[in-house]
Amino acid sequence: MSDKVRIARQFISALPFSEALNMSLDGLEDGIAVISMPYDARLVGDPRTGVIHGGAVSALMDTCCGAAVMSHPSNPGGTATIDLRIEYLRAAKPGQKITTRAECYHVTRSVAFVRATAEDEEDASPVATATGTFVVEGAK
Amino acid sequence: MSRTKPEPVQIIKKRRDGALRALVGGVPYINFLGIEFERRGDELTAILPFSDKLIGNPLIPALHGGVTASFLEVTSIITLSWAYLWEDMESGALEVDKMDGEHMPRLPKTIDFTVDYLRTGLPRDAYARATINRSGRRYASVHVEAWQDNRAKLFAQATGHFLMPQRRD
Repeated sequence: MSDKVRIARQFISALPFSEALNMSLDGLEDGIAVISMPYDARLVGDPRTGVIHGGAVSALMDTCCGAAVMSHPSNPGGTATIDLRIEYLRAAKPGQKITTRAECYHVTRSVAFVRATAEDEEDASPVATATGTFVVEGAK
Repeated sequence: MSRTKPEPVQIIKKRRDGALRALVGGVPYINFLGIEFERRGDELTAILPFSDKLIGNPLIPALHGGVTASFLEVTSIITLSWAYLWEDMESGALEVDKMDGEHMPRLPKTIDFTVDYLRTGLPRDAYARATINRSGRRYASVHVEAWQDNRAKLFAQATGHFLMPQRRD
């Protein structure tokens, strides 16, 4: 495990809400982050179906996009979300882990642009997609 | 000309508060976040009491962006469901006493949701109200605003589209 991933892992486990949702960092490299969240009955949004609430998926997407920005080669000193749009393509399968992959595809002096997808354990079709813009603070 | 006598106020309150409690209490994620709803007639205000687990960055400390997004989405869905249920609740077509896990009305499904983070969410209580700008048979468009100390100083707002449950009649 690279130092960067180790430090980022510690960083994510230090975010109380990400910790409360049991998020774990599965990969981090040059502007790309992979973070997963296990199924948890406390996060259910629709009691009739057992499907996870969209808000919990948003939290996962937001964390993953922020991590992607922080891992960008331009070495931003910090970041905060300006705007995040999520499209819910289908309901996540109850009982399955959700994994997001975010890519920070462009960074200017003050803004980072990110896109992300979320998948459950079914193959091929994503559960949700997201696009976001983040403010970046001075390079480290 | 005869006029029907208005319902006693306690009967109306019991029905409306009961329906709201059943609607909100049935969703595990709302309980997990600790969100509550206050009702004035048909107007709802969502309240997110601060708790340590809601923090994102412990150095600032600030609410996690995902908490803010969740709070706004929960407020939108409950406000939309509430408006959708209102007529059936008032006419008696919806039996409030029988609203349990098995007989919950079906909830709208989020199609897309865009959050605008205006200010850092401070480590204190937050409030939100949603406005339904389009309420169609197929989908609805909802705008939601959240604030903390000052109603005029929003810390986040969002717009979302929701697929409405199809009535089975």
